[in-house]
Amino acid sequence: MTVVFDRPHALTDNVFHYCPGCSHGIVHRLIAEVIDELGIEGKTVGVAPVGCAVFAYNYFNCDMAEAAHGRAPAVATGIKRANPDNIVFTYQGDGDLAAIGTAETVHAATRGENITVIFINNAIYGMTGGQMAPTSLPGQITQTTPYGRDVKTAGYPVRVCEMLSTLSGTALAQRVAVDSVAHIHQTKAAIKKAFQYQQEKLGYSIVEVVSTCSTNWGLSPVDAIQWLKDNMIPYYPLGVYKDIKEGEQKND
Amino acid sequence: MTKLELMLAGFGGQGILFAGKLVAYAGLIEDKHVSWLPSYGPEMRGGTCNCSVCVSDEQIGSPQMLTPNALIAMNQPSLEKFIGHVQPGGIVLVDSSIIPTKVDRTDLKVFYVPATEIAEKNGLKGMANILLTGKLLKETGFASVENAKAAVSKVVPPKKANLIDSNLKALQLGLDY
Amino acid sequence: MKVLMKGNEALAEAAIRAGCRHFFGYPITPQTEVAAYMAKQMPKVGGTYLQAESEISAINMVYGAASAGKRAMTSSSSPGISLKQEGISYLVGSDLPCLIVNVQRAAPGLGGIQPSQGDYFQATKAPGHGDSHIFVMAPSSIQEMADFVETCFEKAEEYRMPSMLLADGMLGQMMEPIELKEGEPKEVEKPWALTGTKMQRPHNVINSLYIDPPELERILIERYERYAKIEENEQRAELYKMDDAEYAVVSYGASARIAMSAVDKARDEGIKVGLIRCITLWPYPKKFIEASAGQIKHYLAVEMNMGQMVEDLRLVVNGRAPVDFFGRAGGIIPSPAEVLEEIRKISKGGK
Repeated sequence: MTVVFDRPHALTDNVFHYCPGCSHGIVHRLIAEVIDELGIEGKTVGVAPVGCAVFAYNYFNCDMAEAAHGRAPAVATGIKRANPDNIVFTYQGDGDLAAIGTAETVHAATRGENITVIFINNAIYGMTGGQMAPTSLPGQITQTTPYGRDVKTAGYPVRVCEMLSTLSGTALAQRVAVDSVAHIHQTKAAIKKAFQYQQEKLGYSIVEVVSTCSTNWGLSPVDAIQWLKDNMIPYYPLGVYKDIKEGEQKND
Repeated sequence: MTKLELMLAGFGGQGILFAGKLVAYAGLIEDKHVSWLPSYGPEMRGGTCNCSVCVSDEQIGSPQMLTPNALIAMNQPSLEKFIGHVQPGGIVLVDSSIIPTKVDRTDLKVFYVPATEIAEKNGLKGMANILLTGKLLKETGFASVENAKAAVSKVVPPKKANLIDSNLKALQLGLDY
Repeated sequence: MKVLMKGNEALAEAAIRAGCRHFFGYPITPQTEVAAYMAKQMPKVGGTYLQAESEISAINMVYGAASAGKRAMTSSSSPGISLKQEGISYLVGSDLPCLIVNVQRAAPGLGGIQPSQGDYFQATKAPGHGDSHIFVMAPSSIQEMADFVETCFEKAEEYRMPSMLLADGMLGQMMEPIELKEGEPKEVEKPWALTGTKMQRPHNVINSLYIDPPELERILIERYERYAKIEENEQRAELYKMDDAEYAVVSYGASARIAMSAVDKARDEGIKVGLIRCITLWPYPKKFIEASAGQIKHYLAVEMNMGQMVEDLRLVVNGRAPVDFFGRAGGIIPSPAEVLEEIRKISKGGK
């Protein structure tokens, strides 16, 4: 019998704890496929965040560290500086990366720290049960914005790729989504490119994955994907925001 | 003197810390116990600056020379601040080209040295500190002259090695004063 | 050959000689010379000096480098150590060895920049959130500033925990002649380190999260068994003129030097007083104090704070003799004369 579909070697056989319809499982798998294809599992070290992906260290077969909330880029910096030949990636959500860890994120990027950041932007705090994230949309109802995010009091969402693309240390900043098969293929290609840029020692690379959180959005997985298409992507346009090989380009 | 408990004080920029280092290094070369403690903080920049140095045959406890037996004062506020704390019988060196007043304590050995003026006249601008250190060496003998000279080449940073000779000259002027 | 060095520079050089090649810091008075020294020397030995964007980042970079199996360190002063506490707790929870240097200044808040020992509680009781200890050494001389760096690294690796060198602005800024150690540092096997699996072993995980309460409790109990071993084996103190002492000053770090001067003066006056200088602060050198308990009529704790270590002293003495405290705070170093006056008081049976 020919095996036509299997678990990537870079994933353990632990069962994901993620909710049905959650994007984390897809993105985990894509990272693992890329690690397999590049043949780098043996020298990859991942850094898990605080957030829904806090248990990522149970799912990836490579060496893993668990970081304090927001500090993954600093931890990754320490690992990378200790062993520059390792491939080091962080996996972070929006609260982790763009709220409590903004300083670590911006400075890892501006140092051109040769690490890869996979950023899950689902516009909400998942693990704590659906509070406003730095990327929650204007008007979005969450547990802590029960009347909708009022930009007059809660401020505006952070557009991470746009922000980081202004920094000279950023080698690659690309926003993708996993709402369709075509976009999933794009996402995988972006993740692969990010890891390759690290292999080529080009600097900081970030792939922002616009993702769903059907549980905390209060939608069915299918409706969540539609909500993402209708609301998230218009606010967070997909595309390459910075690619030091290609020069700047926007909106695929 | 078996134990030199020295307070050096003046403005930032007069080389107070450097002169203290010179004394400390001379003590080190003598194989004595030595400590050097600077004042630190915003006062480093233009304000008053002081430095405690101890050269002793025995282990040094507190490195803060709160009651020194030798004082080098290079400005008026420093003299006023520390003169009351000098041990009776202690030695006080006053840079009289900067400080116009006299010390009114009679239980001290006070030397008025126009150090800044002498240094400038000899083309050694900014080396009044070393000149006063030379005078201190003469009056206290905290180290041998030979070791004090050896200390000069230790404390002058390699990048400024060209200044060793002028420092030695300033030291000698103090020894001769 | 002895060299004259500032405490901050001596500890930095000692760290490099101890094989530390990863320094992450953030400028703060009065320890900035450590960073400056590292910035200058690390590139020459192929090491990393990285000025982080914050103390929080710096300690997390240490966490990363320590995870990767390297001797890593950071250095700061009191307000900066508070920022590092989050990371220290994670280092403890992940059983990672590293060195944290605290060149203390007066606090709380922004406090001041002059020397203090106000972080004794923080270092010995609550280095971060949760049940935790770190190995804490208090140098009293520049020689010890250098020597204890290597000890701290060694103990950190032996027991898999962070170490702290608890100094203060006086020791950081002062110079004394020291002898620097030559020779190769001990290499320790770190099979747990994140170096990549090389596809030859199961993946390593560095983690402090245990969502299952019984599992977390088990891990804490195991860690505390290790702490008990450290308390058994690693207490250090120096006894000064204690042989025939009837009174004892108990002190540590910079204030122990002042106390020593005062003890000498008191001896000149015929007072039979000695000094117990605590070298390890955690573990607290209980054995040394315990050994003196029948002999000492009155204890005097001397610190540069409002009274912290004195609480540990009272716990050990446990009512067998009076325990008094003398301290100066706010950045003031006590004078030997002040301490002498306190010794006179206790020797006359009162305070």
